[in-house]
Amino acid sequence: MIRAAWGWLDQRLQVGATIHEAATHPVPSRTASWWYVFGSASMVLFALQVVTGICLALVYVPSADQAFQSLEHLNYEQPLGWYLRAMHGWGSNFMVAVVLLHMVQVVLFGAYKFPRELTWIVGVFLLLCTLGMAFTGQILRFDQDAYWGLGIGASIAGRTPVIGPQVVQVMLGGPIIAGETLTRFFALHVFVVPGALIGLLCVHLLMVIKLGINEWPMPGRLVRRKTYLAEYDALVHKDGVPFVPVAFTRDLVFGGAIVLAVMACAAYFGPFGPKGFPDPTIVDTLPRPDYFFLWLFSVASLLPPHLETPALLVGPVVGIGLLLALPFVAGEGEKSWRRRPMAVLTIVLVAVSFGTLTRLGTTAPWSPVMSAWSSAPVPAAQLQGRTALERQGALVLQAKQCRNCHELGDEGGRRGPALDDVAVRLTRDQLIRQVLQGGGNMPAYGNSLSPAETTALVAFLESCAPKGQKPARDSAEPVATSSR
Amino acid sequence: MPEDTPRDPDAPQSKERRSVLLTLGIALNAVAGALVAAPIVGYLLSAAKRERMLKSLDWVSLGALDTFPEGQTRMATFKNPTTHVWDGATATIPCWVRRTAADQFQVFAVNCAHLGCPVRWFPQSALFMCPCHGGAYYADGARASGPPHTGLFKYKYKIEGGQLWIVAGMMPTPGHYWTSNDAGRKPCA
Repeated sequence: MIRAAWGWLDQRLQVGATIHEAATHPVPSRTASWWYVFGSASMVLFALQVVTGICLALVYVPSADQAFQSLEHLNYEQPLGWYLRAMHGWGSNFMVAVVLLHMVQVVLFGAYKFPRELTWIVGVFLLLCTLGMAFTGQILRFDQDAYWGLGIGASIAGRTPVIGPQVVQVMLGGPIIAGETLTRFFALHVFVVPGALIGLLCVHLLMVIKLGINEWPMPGRLVRRKTYLAEYDALVHKDGVPFVPVAFTRDLVFGGAIVLAVMACAAYFGPFGPKGFPDPTIVDTLPRPDYFFLWLFSVASLLPPHLETPALLVGPVVGIGLLLALPFVAGEGEKSWRRRPMAVLTIVLVAVSFGTLTRLGTTAPWSPVMSAWSSAPVPAAQLQGRTALERQGALVLQAKQCRNCHELGDEGGRRGPALDDVAVRLTRDQLIRQVLQGGGNMPAYGNSLSPAETTALVAFLESCAPKGQKPARDSAEPVATSSR
Repeated sequence: MPEDTPRDPDAPQSKERRSVLLTLGIALNAVAGALVAAPIVGYLLSAAKRERMLKSLDWVSLGALDTFPEGQTRMATFKNPTTHVWDGATATIPCWVRRTAADQFQVFAVNCAHLGCPVRWFPQSALFMCPCHGGAYYADGARASGPPHTGLFKYKYKIEGGQLWIVAGMMPTPGHYWTSNDAGRKPCA
């Protein structure tokens, strides 16, 4: 019955033969491996994003005055709205991660080499589309992070030489972040970027089928433009298996498992935000990017100021340029990662760098701790065994936001050095100079401290030395101040 | 009545007619494409027009002068000069107002000069601090520490009818309009 129906349909559609050919095309038998599942898993996750995204679009209101309320409605009133939001959010995280894994596998296995250069280049644009979806998606979750994230985007765009202000206006859809900004990002997130993604994905897939899946790299089996195609052809004929059902089974298992993983995360952790009403007058906020942009947050904090504009504007161009140039620089030769130490080292270096920057972004030691302690009582430990003057100094330290940037007794910011042993490092005169004049990334407090406050503060800091360690001293002082 | 005989596709007239039609077809589509593209590009780039940028700027009132005590820095809010009903809360923008004398003010954008996060005022230490990348500014808006290159963005202001007015309506980002407002930020220059 089903067979008859399909027969009727295919007589008119004429697609059966093409599908059959694509599904059963021979692939090298070694590629039936768990290493080859990340591409199809990315696609499965994208399909999940499309389905959950359409469901969310049924309810979400892309309007600056109501977007937040519609997200709250999805979270709390719409049946299963929270779950769909959670799946879409987790699906996005999984998709970025799996796309990156896919990319690492492709580099390690030399799959970007001849004749698959264009497959790689399209893949680079697919990565950019995926990141574009992640960023625009974060904006549609129209909360305080989204509002100030747009401000950060505008500040970066505004650094473009000559046409900076124009670029900002086109990005925001007007002179300032407002209603037109959100509708613009909505159009990007649901029409423009997914459209590009689907188109590129078709090209990517077509090339995978036409050119064949990259064979398992063997050390010493070199890629040569003249002979590769014939060698690959011989390989799949001698030692080939049909993609469906042999190689396909692992894709099937992994694809199913990854969807279950997304669903489990969504059920356990729930949806992301929205974090706070997007009212710009609420400046008591702590804007943070989503996980996959934390490294950028770290870069923006740690770069020396004079390098920042070139790095933010030229860096992405150079990075994307290098990715696009890769198959042209190394389009032939060894494919096996065992014989390509530079490729392995580059991946390790990039992964460690991005990992470290992401980790730093989660703790953000460069950010002053904004919940100042100026109204909280001074911790008792800082008062015990101290003179009246030193206690007065502890109060100054508490009230003047010193602890926004300095840690003392494991509490406080980490922008500046911890003060527990400051007396061992700086002499009295150096402490006074540092407090009044600042320097080394510390603001000068000369204008906001009275002489009495400075004296008290320095007296307190001089008492901040670990037990058994002598305070720093100026070795010239005894000579300079001696009566002889 | 014309005969229903098959045309010879290889006949010279057919070939010529086809080539004329092809040229005409390509030309027609090129013209149509250009005519469609022109308004689309114009529509997309309309936000960046200089006139629209300047039109979006206007004087707005921050309220009566006596709401800003001398020697203090306080937050004020204002409605963007041009808004849409669907702007919601984003239509209201905050700024920091510092009154240094009876008729002397400094009005700072809340957006950090580094990457635009909202800076917060701490009166005890007389510093503006940014929660994102660690920028800090002195009470007069000058850069104190951290990644910003310059001081806080300043609004142009005037006093009229007992009220404090500023020119607002544009995102404070590095660029001609805002940097020209910042004249005199280098006391040693």
